[in-house]
Amino acid sequence: MPNGLVAHADPHARGHAHHPALQHHFQTLGQQHEAATLGMWIFLVTEVMFFGGLLMAYLLYRVWYPEAWSEGSLELDIVLGGVNTVVLIASSLTMALGVRAAQTGAQRATVRWLLLTMSLGLTFLVIKFFEYKHKWDLNHIPGANFRFEGPHAPQVELFLSLYFGLTGLHALHMVVGFCLLAVIAWMAHRRRFTPEWYTPVELSGLYWHFVDIVWIFLFPLLYLVDRARHFG
Amino acid sequence: MTTTVLRRVNYLNVKYGVASWLLTKDHKRIGILYLIVVAIAFLLGGIFAAAVRIELTTPQGDFVSADTYNALFTMHGVAMVFFVLIPAVPAILGNFAMPLMIGAKDVAFPKINLLSWYVFVIGFVFTLAAMVLGGVDTGWTFYTPYSSVYSSSHVLLTGIGVFIAGFSSILTGLNFAVTIHRMRAPGMTWFRLPLFVWALYATALVQILGTPVIAITILMLAVERGLGFGIFDPRLGGDPVLFQHLFWFYSHPAVYIMILPPMGVISEVIACFSRKSVFGYSFVAFSSLAIAVFGFLVWAHHLFVAGISPYSAMIFSFLSFAVAIPSAVKTFNWTATLYRGAIWWRAPILWVFGFLGLFLIGGLTGLFLASLGLDVHLHDTYFVVAHFHYIMVGGAIMGFFAGLHYWWPKMTGKMFSNSMATLAALLVFVGFNLTFFPQFILGYLGMPRRYHVYSPEFQVLNVLSSAGASILGVGYTLVACYLLHSLWKGEAAGANPWRATGLEWKTESPPIPENFAETPIVNEGAYEYSKREVKVA
Repeated sequence: MPNGLVAHADPHARGHAHHPALQHHFQTLGQQHEAATLGMWIFLVTEVMFFGGLLMAYLLYRVWYPEAWSEGSLELDIVLGGVNTVVLIASSLTMALGVRAAQTGAQRATVRWLLLTMSLGLTFLVIKFFEYKHKWDLNHIPGANFRFEGPHAPQVELFLSLYFGLTGLHALHMVVGFCLLAVIAWMAHRRRFTPEWYTPVELSGLYWHFVDIVWIFLFPLLYLVDRARHFG
Repeated sequence: MTTTVLRRVNYLNVKYGVASWLLTKDHKRIGILYLIVVAIAFLLGGIFAAAVRIELTTPQGDFVSADTYNALFTMHGVAMVFFVLIPAVPAILGNFAMPLMIGAKDVAFPKINLLSWYVFVIGFVFTLAAMVLGGVDTGWTFYTPYSSVYSSSHVLLTGIGVFIAGFSSILTGLNFAVTIHRMRAPGMTWFRLPLFVWALYATALVQILGTPVIAITILMLAVERGLGFGIFDPRLGGDPVLFQHLFWFYSHPAVYIMILPPMGVISEVIACFSRKSVFGYSFVAFSSLAIAVFGFLVWAHHLFVAGISPYSAMIFSFLSFAVAIPSAVKTFNWTATLYRGAIWWRAPILWVFGFLGLFLIGGLTGLFLASLGLDVHLHDTYFVVAHFHYIMVGGAIMGFFAGLHYWWPKMTGKMFSNSMATLAALLVFVGFNLTFFPQFILGYLGMPRRYHVYSPEFQVLNVLSSAGASILGVGYTLVACYLLHSLWKGEAAGANPWRATGLEWKTESPPIPENFAETPIVNEGAYEYSKREVKVA
């Protein structure tokens, strides 16, 4: 719970008992903001558990099949993955600046930062698309189109199943985040947010950062399994 | 025409028409919406169970084919677990009563509350579609590789249905957790909360932390079956036992999603009908949290014969025994509450007595199954079936009916027939024991579960069990009859027919749309029965 925000919201709420954003079942905007923020954090906890199931499978098989994990990881394009990591971290910065702009009432800046965040998100997805397409060309799609030589081929297929499972689920979250930000940017454009009430901007920011952090875990887990040895 | 009395506005008559229900954001109406869908699922699950019991009256497979039988018990399990037991108490009674009990106007997120109902219905429709198309035959546990590779039934469609319905449970849990944290009336401190609210809070934790795991597990199963990805596939080095671990990581705690809220109901009803404060309030409250926490650490007791390491098996066995402690804390405290109480013999407390007896047997037989050696003998026999039905039906469903009878006057403003409700509670109790007690003996003697033929020496006990099931069916039907009858013939209940403490009884029956005319201010604990007139009519 960001303390500064709560302290900030409360005194204002008392002054504006009929703020247009205040829903009837809340007493104050402060209460509404706290409820929404807590709800978002709990939602992110469910997301951690959601990805957790796949990561559990990843962990088990990585311990069982280290060679296959090393081979499979080397098949991934570290340049595209690395660029995407930078793109996503940059998008988290622009998102944070967008929330800050909403907090200070800089309405046009809010829209600008949100649009920039969305374009970075789109860049990520486009790069991801070409990565997937490349995998298809290499016949590295588990199940439908898989060919791989070597003693660990079945376990490499297992690795790539988890690669597509994890990154696919992550990409799906990016798409959801993109749509979410589109709505928020539209609302910001319509001047729906004020320094007293910009909760939706803040919560979309939380979601966006979460999806970003998932990638920060996925990148080393998938792309960097055994790179050090092969560089050295 | 003849009535000149102005009708008072309440949540039922404030608006009429289908749209006013399908677009409602009122937690009370959403509770009723859930009640309707869950009742349909209960009827369906009951019909599947009846077919299973008919088949098992004779040792030969003469009523249905083996494949149909597999589909019947699977669909019984899927309907009852995911569409009855999990939503029954939280989504129906919790939705209706919890915001009233904490003195709130609504849950924190009314739109998400309505969304969760729609998500639930969509999940149910997918599952129904699978059932209509011929059903699914994997058992409700969907074990791989049978479910991912070999089964030719509608695994994907059912899986999608369960996956979607899971999000309804997540959203309800999220909504309730935030509501309990942020929406309590002034003076409603944590230790003045009714124990039902504590139980819902503990349940919400399990829903939040557990349900996403089953969602991702079913998703993994779906991509393996649908897209040919390998995750649990032994041909690629995948591990089918991993599926079992992930499945039970949710599905064992799910047992506590089913039983914790009814336990909360029991605390409410016992206090009211013995006219006493609940003995050891804070112990009962914290035992709910303890059950929720311990519940996450025992899942592998379903895997004792799946080839897991004996060391982890020993730890899981020990922790499974440990869950008995908070459960026993509750049972002892309820008994102590009843002790020297002024017990008022009305229908809700009879369902509670049923709960106490059946939950005790269900809980103690769980310890048999938590014992490593004994479990080898009893695993996958009718002993297991009897044990979990004592918890799920004897515990959760009895508790649900206790709560439904307790809050029915508040929900509808009408009293049901007490004599009929007494008869129904008795029928269900007798019918239940006759159905499931023989199954303990059958399992101990070695009758395996999930087969449609069995050795002839088991027939007597199976006939007893089927006979009990018909009594059980009559009991449940009777409940439906007199509750529906009360809707137009029942006497007006008045605001507080049970003379109960608790904020939900301070508003009218049925409550006004915004729950309270003024936000209530709380200045005492939840069960101050001793401060009131003890005698009741």
